[in-house]
Amino acid sequence: MIDTNVSLGHWPFRRLPLDDPRSLARRLRSLGIERAWAGHLDALFHRDVAAVNIRLAEVCERSGDGYFLPIGAINPTLPDWSEDLRRCHEVHRMPGIRLHPDIHGYALSDPVVAELLTAASARSLVVQIAVQMEDPRTKHPRLELTPVHLEPVISLSATMPRLRLMLLNAGRLLGLTPKRVLGSGTISIEIATMEGVGASDRLIEDLGSDRILFGTHAPLFVPESAVLKLRESTLDADALRAITQGNALRLLQS
Amino acid sequence: MRSRTTTDQATTVLDSSPYRVWDLHCHLSGVDGQTPTERMAQLIAFADRMGIERILIFMGFPFATDPSADDLRHQNDQVLEALAHWNDRVLGLAYVSPSHVEASLDEIKRCVRDGPMVGIKLWVARRCSDPTIDPIIQLTHELDGLIFQHTWLKAEGNLPGESSPEDLVTLSKRFPGTPLVCGHTGGDWERGIRIVRDHTNISIDLAGSDPTAGFVEMAVRELGAHRVLYGSDAGGRSFASQLAKVLGAELTEDDRRSILGGNLRRLLRPILMAKGRIP
Repeated sequence: MIDTNVSLGHWPFRRLPLDDPRSLARRLRSLGIERAWAGHLDALFHRDVAAVNIRLAEVCERSGDGYFLPIGAINPTLPDWSEDLRRCHEVHRMPGIRLHPDIHGYALSDPVVAELLTAASARSLVVQIAVQMEDPRTKHPRLELTPVHLEPVISLSATMPRLRLMLLNAGRLLGLTPKRVLGSGTISIEIATMEGVGASDRLIEDLGSDRILFGTHAPLFVPESAVLKLRESTLDADALRAITQGNALRLLQS
Repeated sequence: MRSRTTTDQATTVLDSSPYRVWDLHCHLSGVDGQTPTERMAQLIAFADRMGIERILIFMGFPFATDPSADDLRHQNDQVLEALAHWNDRVLGLAYVSPSHVEASLDEIKRCVRDGPMVGIKLWVARRCSDPTIDPIIQLTHELDGLIFQHTWLKAEGNLPGESSPEDLVTLSKRFPGTPLVCGHTGGDWERGIRIVRDHTNISIDLAGSDPTAGFVEMAVRELGAHRVLYGSDAGGRSFASQLAKVLGAELTEDDRRSILGGNLRRLLRPILMAKGRIP
């Protein structure tokens, strides 16, 4: 299995049982997860995002023998974000980037988002939009979040056939019928926050199996959750292979 | 230092079969089916896949936040229909409301005293700190029924009648010897656990929030495992994600066994024994 939604570093509001990369890798491996795409939690509030991406690259190299695949952060509200993008691609050789519009405080309709997606697409980078990091009902009272509206990137993706766009933690926005919002385009999703009995079955029924990826949102979530969700559903072998591995590999290689 | 016998952050528990899992918190919503019986069959099929021995259901469909007296009766009839076909696997709580005290007392007599249900569910019609609720609590306690109060602490603000854990503590002070269940642990569990900590007649329900890491560990550290109850809030939530909160937590085997079913069976033992149903 490939986990497409992991974070390294420390969650700012609570110590998490698996927030040490080696412990996290051991636990994920024990669940049959062979590789994890990892962002870094420092990216949420640090303004020196270039340093965060350096640390991410280093910790991925140090921990777990290539287990973690680094996904760099880009904050397009910061000056000269395009240099961060260049370094992610050219210096750190990262296969993708992660955006946090709710915490970084911008709308996906902002023109800079189109500019960023165009640049990422030209570099063949996977773009992950972390729609939420936690249930907004339980957020820290001092934290101001910008609600994420997906329509602008859905429209943009329709005009950018090479864009490899993926949504993380989109369960509250999409429910178990994501096609109603995402349409028949190419935007992918992962399952960490998709809730309801038999959630994976219902997602496949709605969206097909080739746009759904496995993700745990560890260490914020207990990683067993995503694994058990697959057991709760009645996926056939082909769908299971696509969700847990094939779709992630295709997204990286396409 | 307590001994940790299972998950040491390197290994994990994915199999619920060694445990007698009783799920405190399920609904007839969030699953397919035209009738309560059809929906119950769906829930049971998923419960079977996840190794869950027995589930408690409450409220019918569609959800009614401020139900009329007729709504209460109708929704309890839906649950009774579901129980009739699955009485070896499913237990029910009567949906009652402090906005309709007399009708609620009638429902408790009909569904709990004279029927198969084992307690009551209180939702968001009126906060449980309001003494209007007292006759409902009193009668349910006299029948040894489980008293389950939904609670939340929403960052954007609760509904006007939606109880917080503080409201439940206020109620608890009027009924210090009565076991109460703090539904959802207030959602914001880090605050919810602290609010109920000193009120030892209050147990907490793990259901219906994201499978955030550390929830169960904090609950056990602050309250003791004997006050922590596994529930899912299925079908709106996955049995899987909510079971993972317990299976993926750093716990002793004894604690995990208690949380996954032992504590609920202990709370229900008096009323189940009275109904001739050994837990």
